[in-house]
Amino acid sequence: MSTPTRDLEARPAVPSGFRAAARVFEHRAYQYRRAFRGSLFGSFVNPALFLTAMGLGLGGYVNANSPDAFGGVSYLLFLAPGLLAGSAMQQGIFEATFPVMYGLVWRRIFHAMYATPIGPRAVALGTLAWIAFRLGLVAIIFTFVAWAFGAVTSPLAILGIPAAILTGLAFAGPMGAYMATQRTPDKFSAIFRWVITPLFLFSGTFFPIESLPGALQPIAWLSPLFHGVELTRGATLGTLLDDPFRAVAHLAILVGLVAVGGILFVRNIRAKLAA
Amino acid sequence: MSAEIASSSLIHARGLTKRFGTFTAVDAIDFDVARGEAFGFLGPNGAGKTSTMRMIGCTSPFNEGTLRILGMDPETEGPEIRGRLGVVPQQDTLDEELTVRENLVIYGRYFGLSRAECGRRADELLEFAQLSERRNSRVEPLSGGMKRRLTIARALINEPEVLLLDEPTTGLDPQARHLLWDRLYRLKQRGVTLVLTTHYMDEAEQLCDRLVVMDKARIVAVGSPRQLIDYYSTREVAELRFPVGVLEALDGQLDGLADRIERLPDRVLLYAEDGEAVAEAAHHRGLRPETVLVRRSTLEDVFLRLTGRSLVD
Repeated sequence: MSTPTRDLEARPAVPSGFRAAARVFEHRAYQYRRAFRGSLFGSFVNPALFLTAMGLGLGGYVNANSPDAFGGVSYLLFLAPGLLAGSAMQQGIFEATFPVMYGLVWRRIFHAMYATPIGPRAVALGTLAWIAFRLGLVAIIFTFVAWAFGAVTSPLAILGIPAAILTGLAFAGPMGAYMATQRTPDKFSAIFRWVITPLFLFSGTFFPIESLPGALQPIAWLSPLFHGVELTRGATLGTLLDDPFRAVAHLAILVGLVAVGGILFVRNIRAKLAA
Repeated sequence: MSAEIASSSLIHARGLTKRFGTFTAVDAIDFDVARGEAFGFLGPNGAGKTSTMRMIGCTSPFNEGTLRILGMDPETEGPEIRGRLGVVPQQDTLDEELTVRENLVIYGRYFGLSRAECGRRADELLEFAQLSERRNSRVEPLSGGMKRRLTIARALINEPEVLLLDEPTTGLDPQARHLLWDRLYRLKQRGVTLVLTTHYMDEAEQLCDRLVVMDKARIVAVGSPRQLIDYYSTREVAELRFPVGVLEALDGQLDGLADRIERLPDRVLLYAEDGEAVAEAAHHRGLRPETVLVRRSTLEDVFLRLTGRSLVD
């Protein structure tokens, strides 16, 4: 046999499974190195502005007029976890839109990855892992800012961080799967206007869904953000375990969405790369 | 079985077919690429060259036929095969959010190389691609030729046994093309097998030891550039260019002048062993073309003969 084997032996084993996805994650970390200062600064400023304007400003009026409207807690305490889940949703959506366009259409770096031993599954899962990491950073900073505002009263608040990550991923998976089928991000603004903004406003983020007209209340259960808000709020207010069955239901719905979204994301990335 | 194929050819295809819906992009083609050779797919746009390259690159499943690369099966051993290939796609896929050097390092990581090894190879390859001065520059401001060289450097980070180049010099100016050809020639001398597609006959003649001519999803001829020219064309060609209108009125006057005659919209190609003699004979017949050009046959003539069309429209 004339095939030289020297090269073969010198070659490292091709990365597969977890190691392959970790390489994709590493690529994103390299990209992020140049942007992280501005990005982290924004992660501090955004919640600080919202908590000041709505939690303290608006909340001041709310608390003065109806002290018991939010189950005996101040509006700031009610609002902070809702905002945490809401911003995790937005971050998850955003991270699954433009980076996916960049990878599949604009700079085609996902195609470049697929020319190596990296497969479509690693591309998709590495991307989701990176989104989870970014969501984690945002949630940690948010929780810190909320604590500085006095909006954290229970050590359980730490559980708000994984709850926020889960909420963001529940949106990132399906959104990534959808964007993988698109040639342009044109649909993004429509999705933001008709899906994200209504969910942001009516999922118990700013007021309890019990304030909605009776007929609309069950619809809130269809909103993934509602389940995220219930979890983060339960965590920061320390009421999560008061009704364990309810908490598990919220958790199961979000985990289910992450799983379905993740599977669709992998499938659509594969359809695009391996045509 | 695979060992016996591996010993004879690096890439082995029989009846390879690729369909997109009802459209057949590649129609039952056969070819073999031997270790160390520069092998080309020559053909016009849409001939099926890129689809073929993507099947070889194990990023595009095929519908029918057999394909073995480095003795392995793309359907089951795609990642292992891709680990030993270098791919230079038609469209650059560099990451513009990274620097020149980072593009190489991060790419090496995909092949399972350590960071230190990636860095070492990146510096070597930047030298080879004549991009060392731009190592810490962003990718975006680089010229087209530099980006191409960076893409080639990136494709070499895993020390591939086969380098796949899809239209490597399309869109580059002549100087950048010659620089690139020089780099590819050096790679070939180092023993890297080159597989490239092109619709430039000069590129095919410069770089390829052997090539196949593709047209409409099929292979229409195979051989070395010299063999193809000898077999499908004559040694020389006399190109007679006539004013508009005159060409159509030449009916019959050219008969018997040359071994073969091709009429193009603006000129007539007379194929013969001795082009000068043919041009002179035409003059004796009273033909007065605007210009006369006698040249050696090229792959362009081969393509014209095989398909009745020009390579570049």
